[in-house]
Amino acid sequence: MWVTQTVLKNQNKGTLMSVDQDTVRRIARLARIAVRDDELPALAGELNSILHFVEQLNEVDTKGVEPMTSAVDVTMKMRDDVVTSGNLQKEVTANAPKSEDGFYVVPRVVE
Amino acid sequence: MSVVYSMQHRDPRDEDLIKGATGDWEIILGLEVHAQITSQAKLFSGSSTAFGAEPNTQVSLVDAALPGMLPVINRYCVEQAVKTGLGLRAQINLKSTFDRKNYFYPDLPQGYQISQFKHPIVGEGTVIIDLAGGRSVAVGIERLHMEQDAGKSVHDLSPGYSHVDLNRSGVALMEIVSKPDMRSSDEARAYVTKLRTILRYLGTCDGNMEEGSLRADVNVSVRRPGEPLGTRCEIKNVNSIRFIGQAIEYEARRQIEILEEGGSIRQETRLFDPKAGETRSMRSKEEAHDYRYFPDPDLLPLVLQQADVDRIAANLPELPDDKKARLMSDYGLSAYDATVLVGEAATADYYEAVMKSGSKKRDGKIAVNWVTGDLFGALNREGHTIEASPVTPKQLGELVDLITDGTISGRIAKDIFDSMYKTGRDPLEIVEKDGLRQVTDTGAIEAAVDAIMAANPDKVAQAKEKPALAGWFVGQVMKSTSGKANPQVVNEILARKLGISSDN
Repeated sequence: MWVTQTVLKNQNKGTLMSVDQDTVRRIARLARIAVRDDELPALAGELNSILHFVEQLNEVDTKGVEPMTSAVDVTMKMRDDVVTSGNLQKEVTANAPKSEDGFYVVPRVVE
Repeated sequence: MSVVYSMQHRDPRDEDLIKGATGDWEIILGLEVHAQITSQAKLFSGSSTAFGAEPNTQVSLVDAALPGMLPVINRYCVEQAVKTGLGLRAQINLKSTFDRKNYFYPDLPQGYQISQFKHPIVGEGTVIIDLAGGRSVAVGIERLHMEQDAGKSVHDLSPGYSHVDLNRSGVALMEIVSKPDMRSSDEARAYVTKLRTILRYLGTCDGNMEEGSLRADVNVSVRRPGEPLGTRCEIKNVNSIRFIGQAIEYEARRQIEILEEGGSIRQETRLFDPKAGETRSMRSKEEAHDYRYFPDPDLLPLVLQQADVDRIAANLPELPDDKKARLMSDYGLSAYDATVLVGEAATADYYEAVMKSGSKKRDGKIAVNWVTGDLFGALNREGHTIEASPVTPKQLGELVDLITDGTISGRIAKDIFDSMYKTGRDPLEIVEKDGLRQVTDTGAIEAAVDAIMAANPDKVAQAKEKPALAGWFVGQVMKSTSGKANPQVVNEILARKLGISSDN
């Protein structure tokens, strides 16, 4: 869905959407997916066919129709304000490539 | 947020304008305040929100964003957001939705923040800010939405690495967005002060800026009066009211300097460095943000019942503006005194307890002077909160009564207050035991006056020429009576004996 939004932002609305290789490179970087340059044309093609499929949905008139958020008519479940979890320091850091004194340790991020 | 909000029209006040080298400039300010909701557990998980725990001990599998974990919203946090919206006299949206704001940073394990972008829980409202000289300004609220806080990164524990603590990750925040309705650093500071007071009255946020429970992003732009808005810069995460003022002053002058030299302002995010007292660009090679917001598929729309909103509204505490108006009408207080009292609910409560204790009717003005003068002074000096005041409201009320009925002089009252503060004794007990009753017996005062006049014939002669010198005699009489003489009686007797008008 955000791909559609991103593309819409970059293209003139109303005309046929198409994704160029620069857009694919940019989207891949935003999603932190490593994509080689020689993969770009194929990915652009695949994304375009997905977008074309989505575009067909635009032919349906949805004026005045509430967006559907669930297949069943349910309201959001809520939780009471009670602490039910904690002291999982070892468990939550167990899969971290590096940890120290209970912290996750990552390559330095400097602002 | 990159939305242009409607703003109120205000004619610039001359004293708010900044005089540049080429003419006057007007500052336009809008604030985004992040307020941590006071709750036991996080917004979408059952982890504790307590401050200061060991790193990553308050991180559930949801907070760590392990695959397959699903968020379930905390009902209490929703109620607190509604309560805050009502306190801001804002529209409550019975249907709101959660969106994902996508970005990668180590303190955000999900890779996105759950926030409310398109449909926030609270819409437009108003905050009245109180300024010097009794001036008030209405600042528009654009919206309030709920979102998750991020974790904390520590960059100085070992070279080449950052250490990440996710205890804060997922804690419930309210982002309160103002309209660009403020025109000076004073107004911005008054806004955050008032917002903090409202939140503390409501109990929805503790307002603790040192622990990061309340922090502000400040949007600053400048323009020539009457011209269209200039390009703004956003100063992120300013965590004290004083720094907010300093950051605005610096940033406005920086922008004016650039514009006056013919340059243009680049829209960017900046940080305030309190040590250097300046703002700095945060990311030099910043890629344009593309948060790719989209509705969070894990969360259904948040639907409230009007009856639930009504129930919360019915249980709202008295808000600062209402309390201020009531204190002014009930006790005859000035706007200034009432504003000082309502700044903290505990202060106003103390004052009202002073006024209501016992059966005597007290002068509101005398009582407020004791609370905001001597009591505040002693509390500050000793580092006590008003809740822990050694002088109870009842005792302070009794002290006021002793002054009003003439039992003690105002000067002696200060000594008695100090003794009450140190020992916790009742004022009347101190007066009786230490023999501090005011002397109103004219015979005794007359004798004291006579003795001083007899001992200082030269001064008597001078005072007859220059009546202003009579003050010296008053001081001497008070000294010889250990401050217990009724000053009015002393004045009258002195005037008569010196043959001058007692008005002097």
